[in-house]
Amino acid sequence: MKNKDYPAFRAEGLTKVYGSGDTRVFALRGVDLEVPRGEMVVLLGPSGSGKSTLLNILGGLDSPTEGHVYFDHEELTAFDDRHLTQFRREHVGFVFQFYNLIPSLTARENVALVTEIASNPMEPEQALKLVGLEQRIHHFPAQLSGGEQQRVAIARAIAKQPNVLFCDEPTGALDSKTGIVVLEAIARVNRELNTTTMVITHNAGIADMANRVLHMADGQIQESRINEAPCEPSALSW
Amino acid sequence: MWINWLLPLDRKLVRDLWAIKGQALAIAVVIGCGIGMYVMSKGMLISLAETRSAYYERYRFADVVAPVKRAPNALLDEITALPGVRRAETRIRAGVILDVAGAAAPITGEIQSLPPFPLPHINDIVLHEGRYFDPQHEEEVLVLDAFAEAHKLEPGDHLHAILNGTKKRLTVTGIVLSPEYVYAISPGEIVPDKKRFGVLWMNRDAVANAFDLDGAFNEAVILTSAGTDEDALIQRLDSLLKRYGATGAYGRDQQISDQFLTNEINQLETIGRILPPIFLLVAAFLLNVVVGRLIDTEREQIGLLKAFGYSNGDVARHYLKMIGLITLLGVVIGILLGLWLGRGLANMYQDFFKFPFLLFRPPPDIYLVSIGFSLLVAGVGTASSVRRVMQLEPAIAMVPPPPPDYSRAARWLERLAPWVDQPSRMILRHIYRWPKRAAMTVLGIAMSMGLLIGASFSMDAMMYMVDVSFNVIDRQDVTVNFVEPRNKRAIQDVLHAPGVMTAEPFRAIPVVLRNGPYVRREAILGMEARPELSRIVDTELRPVPLPKHGLILSDKLAELLDIGTGDLLRVEVRTGRRPELDMVVSGIVKTYMGTTAYMHLDALNRMLKEDSAVSGAYLLVDPDQTDALYESLKNTPVVSGVSLQEQAQNAFYDTLQDSLGTFVFFNTLFAGLIAVGVVYNNARISLSERGRELASLRVLGLTRGEVSYILLGELALLTVLALPLGALLGFLLAALLVQSFDTELFRIPLVISDSTYGYAALVVVLAAIGSGLLVRRRIDHLDLIAVLKTRE
Ligand SMILES: Nc1ncnc2c1ncn2[C@@H]1O[C@H](COP(=O)(O)OP(=O)(O)OP(=O)(O)O)[C@@H](O)[C@H]1O
Ligand SMILES: [Mg+2]
Repeated sequence: MKNKDYPAFRAEGLTKVYGSGDTRVFALRGVDLEVPRGEMVVLLGPSGSGKSTLLNILGGLDSPTEGHVYFDHEELTAFDDRHLTQFRREHVGFVFQFYNLIPSLTARENVALVTEIASNPMEPEQALKLVGLEQRIHHFPAQLSGGEQQRVAIARAIAKQPNVLFCDEPTGALDSKTGIVVLEAIARVNRELNTTTMVITHNAGIADMANRVLHMADGQIQESRINEAPCEPSALSW
Repeated sequence: MWINWLLPLDRKLVRDLWAIKGQALAIAVVIGCGIGMYVMSKGMLISLAETRSAYYERYRFADVVAPVKRAPNALLDEITALPGVRRAETRIRAGVILDVAGAAAPITGEIQSLPPFPLPHINDIVLHEGRYFDPQHEEEVLVLDAFAEAHKLEPGDHLHAILNGTKKRLTVTGIVLSPEYVYAISPGEIVPDKKRFGVLWMNRDAVANAFDLDGAFNEAVILTSAGTDEDALIQRLDSLLKRYGATGAYGRDQQISDQFLTNEINQLETIGRILPPIFLLVAAFLLNVVVGRLIDTEREQIGLLKAFGYSNGDVARHYLKMIGLITLLGVVIGILLGLWLGRGLANMYQDFFKFPFLLFRPPPDIYLVSIGFSLLVAGVGTASSVRRVMQLEPAIAMVPPPPPDYSRAARWLERLAPWVDQPSRMILRHIYRWPKRAAMTVLGIAMSMGLLIGASFSMDAMMYMVDVSFNVIDRQDVTVNFVEPRNKRAIQDVLHAPGVMTAEPFRAIPVVLRNGPYVRREAILGMEARPELSRIVDTELRPVPLPKHGLILSDKLAELLDIGTGDLLRVEVRTGRRPELDMVVSGIVKTYMGTTAYMHLDALNRMLKEDSAVSGAYLLVDPDQTDALYESLKNTPVVSGVSLQEQAQNAFYDTLQDSLGTFVFFNTLFAGLIAVGVVYNNARISLSERGRELASLRVLGLTRGEVSYILLGELALLTVLALPLGALLGFLLAALLVQSFDTELFRIPLVISDSTYGYAALVVVLAAIGSGLLVRRRIDHLDLIAVLKTRE
């Protein structure tokens, strides 16, 4: 049962501790969070503040030391590995700083890799068209530029029509012009497919395209700000 | 912590080694197998050879033996006076039939005379238990240790023997070992059977009485002076003893026990020469693959080190240290393994070869050779990778490598199979992108399978040989030898013995065969034209009828005499009227054992100018009446020897299981370890190269199974591709081994059974599955997050 008002994600008292004894590191210290359905969220914060840790836990890649995460009505933190895999497979799209494309597969095949196992995917061609790469579908990663590789990664992430899209520094390895093209692709997916989207960035400028901006510091969310009038990525600059 | 004492680069070394400990161990084990094989066979070889020479020297094993029919004792002075004779003694040696409590069948044996006291100077005995016989008591005897052990005979026990036609009750006073019977085997047999061959030593006068040889001897034993031309001495002996019915003097090389011992030593030498280098070759190959790929994955680190100012030499030394440590670990494993197995083998030999002592004491240079060899192997195996490390430009190494270009991947292949899914496509493209790497993997797996086949096929070959020998060639149940050649009519008597259904006569005569410089002391076996029991067969195992004229030679004999069909061969008969004549070789036949010459029985008797005489018969026996037959044979004075096919065959199988079986087991173990080493290493390297890719797929929602498929599917495909190649390599290795096992005593046919191929394939597949499971465990624990944080 999908309730329109029910948040896509809800996190309660998330704590993540790495290591033990003297080398203990608190990556998260009690994070509470609600992300409404279809929102575009940008996560800002200094290096080491716990952004990636939070994203990974929400995406089912990692589990918190304490606390609970709910996706829809289900508790992710109660899932075992098999269920987490299933969850990622059906509901989550990931985009990373370093693309992580499979070099032995073409752009189309990289996308097909995911659509083959998804329950309600779009055509790989359609996904690549969404990111403006319809001309390069038969190229291998080695034949694409960094920005193009990142857009393939976005196409791959959204082709299964995920409920949520997580992007960890998607523009980190790109120049600003290419970065904007990539962000446009993300914004378009968020808008057209109503995908709940979370983007981590070091770039405060990017925050202007978000519905909601979270500031993290020292393992906690310091500030949550609603952006009443998000602007188009093309209007951004950094 | 101790690690803090090391230089940073050495700390990296320790941690890197720890990180690849599984792989390092796998490589070390492969090197260890080669070294272990070497230490085992070389150590065993040297121990055996040294034990033999010490034994022979201490107990003065005869250099030359000269059997005669009967010669007066006074002849000893003339023998001693021959040039080259250091010392000579005479004795009486004869065949006997033994009857021991608890043994149904008659037993073939030998009896030897001993002087009253002191002990003989030549061919001295080792009194192991009990006491020397009392010359006053004619019935007292000493018994060969192996036989006594097999029949649980102890000093004080009794046994019966037919001495020259008279059955006597004898008393055992002592158990002895003798350098003449290190390998206690009955003449005409191929494997020793402790139960079925006994040797007795008796006071000279008593033996002389029994065999009507008072004041005479029937064998002279000789020690030669250093530097003697043995062939010349043998010729002189033969002409001196001709009048006394000499069948031909012979040196140690024809002494049956020493012949088998030499054969064993040669086999060990062959194995030591062929297998360890192959094992080490595989190890070098493996090192090459593993280190090469390891260095590829460390490309950036190498660039970084160089950028920081480490010289090419420093960096190369770092990797050389790593290789050196792995190699040394291999050497240690190998030496320990070799010593352990060598000890085990020595124990086995102790049971097989009766030495009063057998030491497994490999000389220290074996260890030095092992270390040298392994370092050489490691050097050869890794030279190209280390050179690559030296040549790597730091600037280039530090730029992250672009994603590997798959654009030239096998599109044609995919058009052939458009239905393949993405993961399978990844497998195919990965193979196609690195064909050399895939080929190396296939070759490595195939080599280990080849080693498995080469290590275990000899059992098949021996089984085949036994099967052919006992079921196609010698189909008789019992072979009876007469004390003296008898008229052919004796066959009728034999036929009347209980249970005998068919009897075929044969006559064996001692001869010397000469073709130019090639001389052989052999026996000619005269048989009926178309024997049904003991047959002669060609290479296709079809029976070959004996021609009215001419000789048929065993292929090995023809080879040793360098003679072919149609050639003339000089035959010097060493019995009866001792005719010498040229005979035509009318055919050559396949034999797996011995070096016999065959003739038509009638032609043989014509040649000897004797009336149809026979020296024995092959019998087919009613199985229900064997006991009655045995009982009657034990009491037949004219019979000097009885051999039973079934017992011989069983002895053969037992010996095979005990000796060859153990050996094959060790070899298979080694080869199996290598298979695991090769497959596991390949899987591990693939994992470290592609871990990132696989983790990304896991993040995208592929299950562990699906991700494992991409890596392990490739391994499975390569393993399957390797199987036929492995079978081929195994066949070639077997062919090489067969050639080097070709001796006068045995020839091993190149026979590899399907089950050996299947078994080798199974071991490889199991090794692959085992390695797959180990790697699968690692895939299950891939760190998804770590992968995303780092660039390639
Ligand atoms: N595997 C780990 N073991 C120990 N500590 C870790 C581990 N992973 C992360 N941390 C620590 O957890 C904290 C949060 O890390 P995280 O990766 O979430 O930061 P981040 O906000 O994403 O930083 P950046 O902007 O640099 O990517 C850091 O202090 C980091 O050192
Ligand atoms: Mg981060």
